[in-house]
Amino acid sequence: MSYSITDASKRQKSIAGFLVITYAVITLIPLVWVFLTGFKSPADSISYPPKVFFSPTMEGYVNLFTTRTRVTPEQLAALPEPEGYAESIVRNRNMVIAGPSKFVERFTNSVIIGFGSTFLSIFLGTLAAYGFSRFKVPLKDDLLFFILSTRMMPPIAVAIPIFLMYRKLGLSDTHLGMILLYTAVNISLAVWLLKGFIDEIPLEYEEAALIDGYTRFQAFYKVVLPQAATGIASTAIFCLIFAWNEYAFAVLLTSGTAQTAPPFIPNIIGVGGLDWPAVAAGVTIFVLPVMIFTIMLRKHLLRGITFGAVRK
Amino acid sequence: MLDKPIEKMAQATPATLAKQVKGLSDKTIAWIFVGPTILLLLAVNIFPLIWTINLSFTNFRANRPNKEVDYVGLRNYERILNDSDIWLNMQATAHFLIWTIVLQVIIGFALAWLINKKFKGNDLWTTIIVLPMMLSPAVVGNFWTFLYQPQIGLFNYVIAFFTGADPSTFEMLGSVNLAPWAIVIVDTWMWTPFVMLICLAGLRSIPDYIYEAAEIDRASSWRQFWTITLPMVLPFLMLAVLFRGIENFKMFDLVVQLTGGGPGSITELASINLKREAFEKWRTGYSSAFAIILFVTVFGLASIYVKALNKVKER
Repeated sequence: MSYSITDASKRQKSIAGFLVITYAVITLIPLVWVFLTGFKSPADSISYPPKVFFSPTMEGYVNLFTTRTRVTPEQLAALPEPEGYAESIVRNRNMVIAGPSKFVERFTNSVIIGFGSTFLSIFLGTLAAYGFSRFKVPLKDDLLFFILSTRMMPPIAVAIPIFLMYRKLGLSDTHLGMILLYTAVNISLAVWLLKGFIDEIPLEYEEAALIDGYTRFQAFYKVVLPQAATGIASTAIFCLIFAWNEYAFAVLLTSGTAQTAPPFIPNIIGVGGLDWPAVAAGVTIFVLPVMIFTIMLRKHLLRGITFGAVRK
Repeated sequence: MLDKPIEKMAQATPATLAKQVKGLSDKTIAWIFVGPTILLLLAVNIFPLIWTINLSFTNFRANRPNKEVDYVGLRNYERILNDSDIWLNMQATAHFLIWTIVLQVIIGFALAWLINKKFKGNDLWTTIIVLPMMLSPAVVGNFWTFLYQPQIGLFNYVIAFFTGADPSTFEMLGSVNLAPWAIVIVDTWMWTPFVMLICLAGLRSIPDYIYEAAEIDRASSWRQFWTITLPMVLPFLMLAVLFRGIENFKMFDLVVQLTGGGPGSITELASINLKREAFEKWRTGYSSAFAIILFVTVFGLASIYVKALNKVKER
C-alpha cells in the first residue's frame, strides 16, 4: 500500500479503533443480555445482583412455544412418565403442556406478510422506478416528491381512515390487507432506491437491445433487470426489515388471524407477571434473522442506507 | 441469449400482438410502468388523507358507525389548539426530539470521524454498531423495559455500580424526572448508527487532494477539521437530522412499549396521545383534526428545513 500524507498515523488509528470498539461492545451488551436471559430460569432472570453465570435451561423457549396448565401433585403423580425434554421441564413446575402457543402462528404471519409485501413493493417499485428513470413522465418531480411525502404521515394518522376503510372492505385483520398496507408504506423507499440503481445502468445497453429488435418490455426484463439485480436485492432487504419490524399498524389493524409477532412478544405473560425468559426467547428468535442478514449482507445494506438517504 | 440470433430475429418479427405492443407510445408505456404504484398510493395514502380531512370537520365516532354524523366546522381544531394537554404532548415531543437529535449528532459524528481513520477491521465493527437500528422498535422498547427494571434490571445495576446509589431507589421508567431521559437513551442507542452512517458517507465523499493541499499549506489538523471536514459533512449531517427529526416527530412504537406515555402523561408524545384519542376514546373526528395538525406541522417544518439545507448545499 502506498503511503499518503492524509492517512492517519498508527497511533491515531489505534486510539480510534479502541474508542470505536469500546462503543460497539457497550452497544452490544443489551442484546447479549437478552440473548442470555432467554436461557435463564425465571428465578435467575430476576435475581439481584443480575447473574452473568447461571445454569442454562430451555425453559424460556418451552414456555414460548407452549401453553401450560397447573395440575395438583396427585394428578401429576398419576401421569405417565414425561415424554421428551420439554414435558419434563414443565412437570418440574407442577404443570403439563396443554398445547402449542400462538407464537408460531404469529411468527408465520410475520413471514407471510413480510415476504408478500416485499415481493409486491419490489414488483411495483421496479416498474415505477424504471418508468421514472427512462421516460418523460408528466409532472415527474412532483410525483416523485409526492411519493416521498407519503412517508411524513404519522402511522396513526393514516391508521384512522385505513381502519374505517378496511372495516368496510372486509380487509381488517387479513393478510391481504396488511400486505397492501406495508407495500404502500414501503414503495416510496423502494422507488427512490431503485430509481438510483437503474439511473446508473447505461442507456446504451437498452438502445442496443431495441435496435436488435427487442420490445420495450423485453429490453426491460432481459437487459435492465439483470443489471439491477444487486440493487433490487438490497432494496428488498430494506422492505423486508421494515415489514418485519412494523408495530403501529399491526397493533391497530389486526387482532388475531393476521397479527404479526411484534405486538405479540410483549404480551407473553407467565405465572405472576411477565415471563422474562420466554419474552427474551421470543425476542431472540424474532431478532436473530435480521441480525444475521445484516452481518451477511453488510456491504449492500450499508450502501443502501446512505445511498437512499443521501439521494433524497 | 446472444448465441441464438435467429431466435431473436424471429421474436422481432412483428406478430400482430407484438405490433400492437410495439405500437404503444412511450407515454403509454411510461404510464403502464408508473401507474400501478401511483394507484396504490392514491388508494392507501391519498384517499385516506382526504377522508381524514373530511372526518376532521365532523363529530364522527368510529365505535358508533350508525350514529348520525354532524359537521361541526372548525370546532375540533379550535378545541385542540386550546387544549393544554395537547401542548404538554407537544412539549414532551419537543424534549424527545431535541435531545435525541443532539446526542445522536454528537455521538454519531464522532463515531463516523473515528471510523474514517480506517483502522484495521473498521467495517466489521461498523456493522456491529449498526445492529440496533435494524431491529423492531417495539421489540427493542420491550426488552429495554426489562433492562430498566428498578431492582433486577441490568441498566439500574450498572448505574448503581458506578454511582454507588441503591439500584432500587430510582426507577428509570416510573419516575417523572427520569422517564423522559429513559426514552431518549433508548432512542439514542438505537438510532445513533443511522447518523453515523450518513456522516461516514459524507466523510468519504471528501476527496483526498483537498487534505493534501491543506497539508502542503501547513494547515493544522484542528484548522483542517473546522475549514474542510465540518463544512463538507454539514449537508450530510443536516440530512441525517431531517430524517431523524421526521421519524421522531412521528415516534410511537418504541416509546409506547417503554412507558406507554407514563408516568402520568410525562412521556406522552403526540402520536401516543393521538392513538389514545382515536382508538381508545374513539373520538374519530377530533383525532382526525389532531392528525392533520401533526401532518401539517411535520410537512411545514420539513419544507422550511429542506430550503435551509439547499442553501447550505449551494455554498
